[in-house]
Amino acid sequence: MSENSEVRVGAADDAATTQGRAGPETRSSRVLVDPRGPRFAATVTTVVLGATLLAIPGNALQESLIPVVLLTFQTLVFGAAALFGLRAQLYGRIYRAWIAPRLAPPAELEDEAPPRFSQQVGLVFTVVALVFLAFGIPVAAQVAVALALAAAFLNAAFNFCLGCEIYLLYKRVAARGAQ
Amino acid sequence: MSSVWILVAVLGAATAFGLWRRWQDGRMRGEVPRAVDVDAPEAHVDTPDSRHHGGEVITAAQIGETLGEQATFVQFSSAFCQPCRATRLLLADMTGSMPGVKHVEVDAESHLDLVRHLDVRRTPTVFLLDGEGAIRKRAVGLPRKSEVAAALTALV
Repeated sequence: MSENSEVRVGAADDAATTQGRAGPETRSSRVLVDPRGPRFAATVTTVVLGATLLAIPGNALQESLIPVVLLTFQTLVFGAAALFGLRAQLYGRIYRAWIAPRLAPPAELEDEAPPRFSQQVGLVFTVVALVFLAFGIPVAAQVAVALALAAAFLNAAFNFCLGCEIYLLYKRVAARGAQ
Repeated sequence: MSSVWILVAVLGAATAFGLWRRWQDGRMRGEVPRAVDVDAPEAHVDTPDSRHHGGEVITAAQIGETLGEQATFVQFSSAFCQPCRATRLLLADMTGSMPGVKHVEVDAESHLDLVRHLDVRRTPTVFLLDGEGAIRKRAVGLPRKSEVAAALTALV
């Protein structure tokens, strides 16, 4: 199914945007995906992270395995997508296998790079949250999960990629610092 | 109990932010009065005030492309940018049939000096230039088609 919803296009029409550090894959060609896939994935992510936030105990003395299990699961989902692309994103696979076949073909396609980048940003936040949980600092873990949840929710509800927006600001600051 | 309130606060704040963003996304902003005298030296001086309120020009040398005779859309894009593709398709479609109007896409990352100078914070950011290269409009996010058409009609 995934083969039907992903198309490879040459870099010619994207020459202006692909120069730079987009990674070897996007530099030579771009992978286009059905935009509803990442949107569905963001919705599931919102639910998982919301449940995680609710499950994190309010003080360090309470021990609970549920948030650790949920966070580890979401970290693996983010990690696979960050490393191997959206094809390896579990929720995206569910979308392509069971949901996309019941829907009309997508009206338009979008680049894989932005949603993939957002998976990498999400990965950083869930790893940080896991580390805080491991060290018994649930409040800090709550903050990290809350930020990731906000980003996933903005993506699901408003089709807004927070990580992508911060990317250029980061580049502006990083390049200035390097001078 | 406390995590329920955190959840509500996070979703509430994100919803407010998303609605605000949706409301202002893609608007063609910054009505700049036609330059009375383009030869006046002070017309293009980069003062802190002119930075955000027109009077600013983008030159062919800065973007590495010639400008359109009547108007140019300069689109700043980046590698991780969801609406950039749709913006490119929209502007290419709208300028395709107009010989004096050009659409130029610029990679923000490889033009960071210009990005800072124009205070571009998000991609896509689209500038509409007149025949002299003066910035007449600025849109952040996927530009609204009706506003693009109106801005172009006012200029050409």
